[in-house]
Amino acid sequence: MIPIPAINLGSILPALILCAAGLVVLAVGLFVRRGAVTVAALISLVGIVLAFMTNSPLRALNAEAFSGLVAADSFCWFLNILILIAVGLTVLISAKYLADEGMALPEYFVLLLFCAAGMMFMVSGNHILVIFIGLETLSISVYVLAGIHPAIPRSQESALKYLLLGAFSSGLFLYGAALLYGSAGSLALPALAKYFQAGSTSLMAKAGMGLLLIGFGFKVAAVPFHMWTPDVYEGAPTPITAFMSVGVKAAAFAAFVRVFFDSLAALQVNWSQILWVLALVTMILGNLAALVQDNIKRMLAYSSIAHAGYILVGMVAGHTEGTSALLYYLLAYTFTNMGAFGVVALVGRKGEANNMIDDYRGLAKLHPLLAVTMAIFLFSLAGVPPTAGFVGKFTIFSAAVKEGYVGLVIVGVLTSAISVYYYFRVVMKMYMEAPATEPQALHFGPAVVVGLLIAAVGVLYIGIFPITYLDLAAKSVMPLF
Amino acid sequence: MIDLVWLIPVFPVIGFLINGLIGRGFPERVIGWIGSLSVGTSFVLAILIFSELLGMDAGSRSREVVVYTWMLSGKLNVPIGFLVDPLSMVMMLVVSGVGFIIHVYSIGYMHGELGFRRFFAYLNLFVFSMLMLVAANNFLLMFVGWEGVGLCSYLLIGYYYEKKSASDAGKKAFVVNRIGDFGFLLGMFLIFTTFGTFSFTEVFAAAPGKLPAGGLLITGITLLLFVGATGKSAQLPLYTWLPDAMEGPTPVSALIHAATMVTAGVYMVSRCSVLYAMAPVSMTVVAVIGGATAFYAATIGITQFDIKRVLAYSTISQLGYMFMACGVGAFASGIFHLMTHAFFKALLFLAAGSVMHALSGELDMRNMGALRKKVPYTHMTYLFGTLAIAGIIPFAGFFSKDEILFYSFERHVGFWILGAVAALMTSFYMFRSVFLTFYGESRVTPEAARHLHESPPIMTVPLMILAFLSLVGGLVGIPIFEGLNRIGDFLKPVFAPAQAIINGAAQQAHAAVSHGAEAHHNVGLELLLMGVSLAVAIAGLLLARRMYITEPSRPDKIIEEWKGVHTLVYNKYWVDELYDFLFVNSIVNFSRFLWKRFDDLVIDGIVNGVAEVTRWFGAGLRRVQSGLVKDYALSILFGVLLVVAYLVLR
Repeated sequence: MIPIPAINLGSILPALILCAAGLVVLAVGLFVRRGAVTVAALISLVGIVLAFMTNSPLRALNAEAFSGLVAADSFCWFLNILILIAVGLTVLISAKYLADEGMALPEYFVLLLFCAAGMMFMVSGNHILVIFIGLETLSISVYVLAGIHPAIPRSQESALKYLLLGAFSSGLFLYGAALLYGSAGSLALPALAKYFQAGSTSLMAKAGMGLLLIGFGFKVAAVPFHMWTPDVYEGAPTPITAFMSVGVKAAAFAAFVRVFFDSLAALQVNWSQILWVLALVTMILGNLAALVQDNIKRMLAYSSIAHAGYILVGMVAGHTEGTSALLYYLLAYTFTNMGAFGVVALVGRKGEANNMIDDYRGLAKLHPLLAVTMAIFLFSLAGVPPTAGFVGKFTIFSAAVKEGYVGLVIVGVLTSAISVYYYFRVVMKMYMEAPATEPQALHFGPAVVVGLLIAAVGVLYIGIFPITYLDLAAKSVMPLF
Repeated sequence: MIDLVWLIPVFPVIGFLINGLIGRGFPERVIGWIGSLSVGTSFVLAILIFSELLGMDAGSRSREVVVYTWMLSGKLNVPIGFLVDPLSMVMMLVVSGVGFIIHVYSIGYMHGELGFRRFFAYLNLFVFSMLMLVAANNFLLMFVGWEGVGLCSYLLIGYYYEKKSASDAGKKAFVVNRIGDFGFLLGMFLIFTTFGTFSFTEVFAAAPGKLPAGGLLITGITLLLFVGATGKSAQLPLYTWLPDAMEGPTPVSALIHAATMVTAGVYMVSRCSVLYAMAPVSMTVVAVIGGATAFYAATIGITQFDIKRVLAYSTISQLGYMFMACGVGAFASGIFHLMTHAFFKALLFLAAGSVMHALSGELDMRNMGALRKKVPYTHMTYLFGTLAIAGIIPFAGFFSKDEILFYSFERHVGFWILGAVAALMTSFYMFRSVFLTFYGESRVTPEAARHLHESPPIMTVPLMILAFLSLVGGLVGIPIFEGLNRIGDFLKPVFAPAQAIINGAAQQAHAAVSHGAEAHHNVGLELLLMGVSLAVAIAGLLLARRMYITEPSRPDKIIEEWKGVHTLVYNKYWVDELYDFLFVNSIVNFSRFLWKRFDDLVIDGIVNGVAEVTRWFGAGLRRVQSGLVKDYALSILFGVLLVVAYLVLR
């Protein structure tokens, strides 16, 4: 007789709630015609809040569920919060965007919620296949979302590119998983850890690890697996770009960290050298390429590549310091980038007509508060105190220095100095130049104002009072070590 | 209540944020009162904390309030914390109190000016920075305030940025301050590497045990810090920015000269009294520089005709007194003088502003005269300020200046002579400005005379308050009689450790020649010195009266006789020109050389090279970032090959 494994729904409750909310939106969308977007957004927000509430028990749970397929621990708790913040802010900045663009598409929110649920599976997966399923749930939703704008051909083009390359990288990821299975006989992370700790390192297993690394490298947009990023980020609807740059990146990094520190820790010498190189070229190329961009979405795309480089430095540094710095960085980056893209979505107007950096000329004269908010996000991206971005960079770099990666940190500091140039270029445009002769009025909505406010307050709050959040991050990585 | 000290700097920030962010469209009055009341609220809170502090035991009046720790990384601990003790308390009261009065006055003075809102936003930020500076409990946070006042003074001095002289003055203040700040920064780093902490209490507690008194390191630290102080407090040789700083609106001058900015250096030296006490060489340097500056600036003050310039040089001179006090170990007297000076100097500047206001912006005292009847309140209050700065009993300046002179005499008679002669000159040039402005014949241009009017109450009431303070402010520190020197007793616990070190050193020195140390006041001597300084002040008054009222032709004759000396002093010893020649021009010439030779060849080469590389990079990027999926897939494949090959072949 086959024993029925213990089913512990509590450990995946937040994800289940998001799925349920998605189904409700789907059903309601069939009946509501007028104001479908608003209703869908409201239901999504309710689901997100409920998921948030059911997430808190996970922190202390520290258990495995579904026969060890899922790990419900403080690591997954922290990342779930991050994902919920990202998806919540995305919903807030999307409502106005969809209304402006005339996209009465409740399924937009359904996909968003499913995507977030996929992310949650990804960060709590204790088995490579669960992680893969989460990854695919997330990816397929994002492919559709990237191409959801009916009127902009670039949007569909970007979706197709993302799909093709995403399929390619998924193939590599799966191949790596297969090679690992062939070596270790299991894909459960604890089993893999045991296998490698025993000292057995076949070439096949090493190659498998390399392919997994590339699969994650694609999702976090590390050089040279980054090429899709600028095109997709530019083409996708701006709120989706925001979500991708923050949520997808965070989920991918989380799974990356869990797999590599939990089960492949024995091979750290091998993979950390590869990551060292990836971090180096990612920081350099991302920042240099951002310098020559004129489109703000493209500039932010390269900037997000550069930030992936900084986060990789945290992974190279490793240990509690490096990984907890990485988690804090992800949190800081979530608020910052969501905010920056939120402003871009707002300034972009119908048909994303105003996405050039020149379109920000004189924004301070026309909308002083919006300009201040954008400046806060840009300062944080550049790493200027007292914003969250500064604390994030500082902790990552000091963790790396502690582990002796001084060269990497020097490159990191130099490239962030370069980055100041292209971030401040936008600030200069906003404050020092005269607005275009006939500026069109911007349409604010309550949702987007609330979203930007949350993001700005978040950036400043965790930047001015970082200790609590650094502590939380440090406690959250405990299950990995 | 003491735990709420962090709110004191927060209120001006709130004012800054309200006016800076959402103040557009507010009427002038609202903006002005938001700015003023934010500082006023800080003042009220400071008073409440002060009264609580008074209620505590004299020995235990020192409390650190750590709001929170911003960052904690290895040895580096950056707390946002405040130190409440008698010293910071006096400073907070002066900064917020005088600052508040100046804010209110500005509502009237800046009426109708372009950028009214910008002005008040900067003013609030200025007060915030200064409050952070004086309330911080560690060097790092103090440095944040230190840099903040530098930045705000740059913004405010260059307020009329369309005027070239104003923006130049702003830049000059900024650059000269940077030189000083560099010294401060180096001193701060030396402290951190030596003690491993930035906290005041920890550094001062550890210093006597850790470093030998008079050693090279402690002397180096204190001298570097003092370089910062000379920059911020306009002492020789870094004083040149202050006279130019009056290019800003007059309330800004009042704020810079009286309550904020220039007092920062004196405060910092007093705060580090323990460190200075351990470095006798630095003490002597501080005293000599202070005394020399007091004397030197006073000589220039005699010859100037611009009323604000006279006041500017008098500020430099009075700051010299404060440093001299610190240098001879009388830190409490220095702070006492800082306080009384804040009252009467703010008063003098604001009254001068009121004169300017009445005369449609006239600054030259040769175009004034006989204004006594026309602007009675301004005249009366300016006279009070002058009596205070000249040191006529019972005005505030008499007590504080006399105390400094007494301690200088005890240290070395040379300091006393410098101080007494400077006091004579101070009294002379201040009464000269009174007689030239308010008495004698009217030399006002007919154009200005037609608009002549007394300022509105929003300006004269602050003047009267300050005049009252200039009259009674000195009574908190009456010397000789036990228990009447209240401010001295209040500050005593702060400076007790430094005093102990100084006395200890003195005892050792005296023991060598078997000469018992006598630290007690010599009452007879003190009374004598008091009489002398009063006589000196009155002599200055009479001299000025004789020359500018009784015999108005006398000054010209004297100038004629002493032409060479007068030209030298009138042109401020050509120090600005000397600096221009020595530093500015040589730097310009050197830069020109670099530009011609080095720049064309090397830098341009690099810049063009960078542009070339960027262009090349952009072109390369365009080629690689082709938009074609196959190229992207190829890039991934390339990565796969490298990674797998590395792992397998290694």
